[in-house]
Amino acid sequence: MSDIASRVKAIIVDKLGVDENEVVTEASFTNDLGADSLDTVELIMEFEKEFDIQIPDDQAENIATVGQAVSYIEDAKK
Amino acid sequence: MELKRVVVTGLGALTPIGNNIQEYWEGLSTGKSGCAPITYFDTEKFKTKFACELKNFDALEFFDRKEARKLDKFAQYALVASDEAINDAGIDLDKVDKFRVGVIWGAGIGGLETFQNEVLNFGAGDGTPRFNPFFIPKMIADIAPGNISIKHGFMGPNYTTVSACASSANAMIDALNYIRLGHCDIIVTGGSEAAVTPAGMGGFNAMHALSTRNEDADTASRPFDATRDGFVLGEGSGALILEEYEHAKARGAKIYAEVVGGGMSSDAYHMTAPHPEGIGVERVMLNCLNDAGLKPEDVDHINTHGTSTPLGDVAELKAISKVFGEHAAHININSTKSMTGHLLGAAGAIESIAAILAMQHSLVPPTINHTTVDENIDPSFNLTLNKAQKKEVNVAMSNTFGFGGHNACVLFKKLDA
Repeated sequence: MSDIASRVKAIIVDKLGVDENEVVTEASFTNDLGADSLDTVELIMEFEKEFDIQIPDDQAENIATVGQAVSYIEDAKK
Repeated sequence: MELKRVVVTGLGALTPIGNNIQEYWEGLSTGKSGCAPITYFDTEKFKTKFACELKNFDALEFFDRKEARKLDKFAQYALVASDEAINDAGIDLDKVDKFRVGVIWGAGIGGLETFQNEVLNFGAGDGTPRFNPFFIPKMIADIAPGNISIKHGFMGPNYTTVSACASSANAMIDALNYIRLGHCDIIVTGGSEAAVTPAGMGGFNAMHALSTRNEDADTASRPFDATRDGFVLGEGSGALILEEYEHAKARGAKIYAEVVGGGMSSDAYHMTAPHPEGIGVERVMLNCLNDAGLKPEDVDHINTHGTSTPLGDVAELKAISKVFGEHAAHININSTKSMTGHLLGAAGAIESIAAILAMQHSLVPPTINHTTVDENIDPSFNLTLNKAQKKEVNVAMSNTFGFGGHNACVLFKKLDA
């Protein structure tokens, strides 16, 4: 697992209070990990803080799974 | 239209002297002080370094980590105390009409710690408004009853009353009136507060409202004592289940007391100082007696607002003299804030519970920490000093007054008295 992926995972485990094993690439924040609309906003903010990036709202809407978050951040950090 | 009768069928408490009703009563009846040095933050630069914090309260015993993180302490306390009260009332959630069950809560401030921390965080940044999405929904004073209804599915009236230290008394009076009018069968009411934070302590210190007796923290809350020097901040929650009498009887509920009246008035005088002649305070007790259809001579016990401030305690006793006349000397008067400190918006709830428990146990809890007689207080008052007193209590009154000049008073009566 990449460094980015493991940091993303740690944030999700912390904020959503889920088990590490549930945080798989294809897991959806809302459908699989129990996040509500406010949780997803908070996750995006935490990603921005952790990786020192800006995720505009229109792009945040497309980040719905663990894998999508990791790829977005990997692209942004290139 | 004939008003319905309203009774208390459940109680819950999370206080600085006990984390449930049983512990709370043990603390009250034995005269336990809940005051101690503050553990939540570094008080080195604060004028007052003590408060009545909850003891051994671990939110994670009641909530999972994710839930706990989304709740300010004042909402956590509300959920814990209301759960105890709902269980105590033995309400079968599958058998009640949930559209006729409301939650009317009291909070003087709400999520102060959340507000403080989010704003501190913003101030420490570069001006970019990176507020947490839970900031507002955690902080607002009405989120406590919102969360109680979400947890249990209660779909009747739901809101928070805000009248500073009278908040939960106002909530109880609203609950009483909705049930009286036939709008609800059951209302979960009470209040919660969690203001022992740097912003809370600093703010009240700036008003010169708090005791600064750092060297004698455990006896600092000393209502009616000549050496009192301000109130002691407390935190926690009290919850009461108010229920329409026939509804309670039909399901065979245990009944603690009847809620027979509520009174409200305003000082219309000063933002924070009590009216020196206690005009608003006199009126609120008269309003309450009138609402209950009782005479002053019917009252056996008054749990006073009695915050341990130099002006407030004397003004309240003057008003009691005017309302009760010679009968005042026959009333067991106390201030349980001597033990719990001042729970602000939750005060009316936990003190009403104390009055109801006094009625149930025929024992009036003491006003502790009294050593020096105040010459300005009529010696004929029985202030239940330092030790609980046995007393058959058929009618008990609870007074609360809030910054802004809000006065609220509630009367409870033994059901068969």
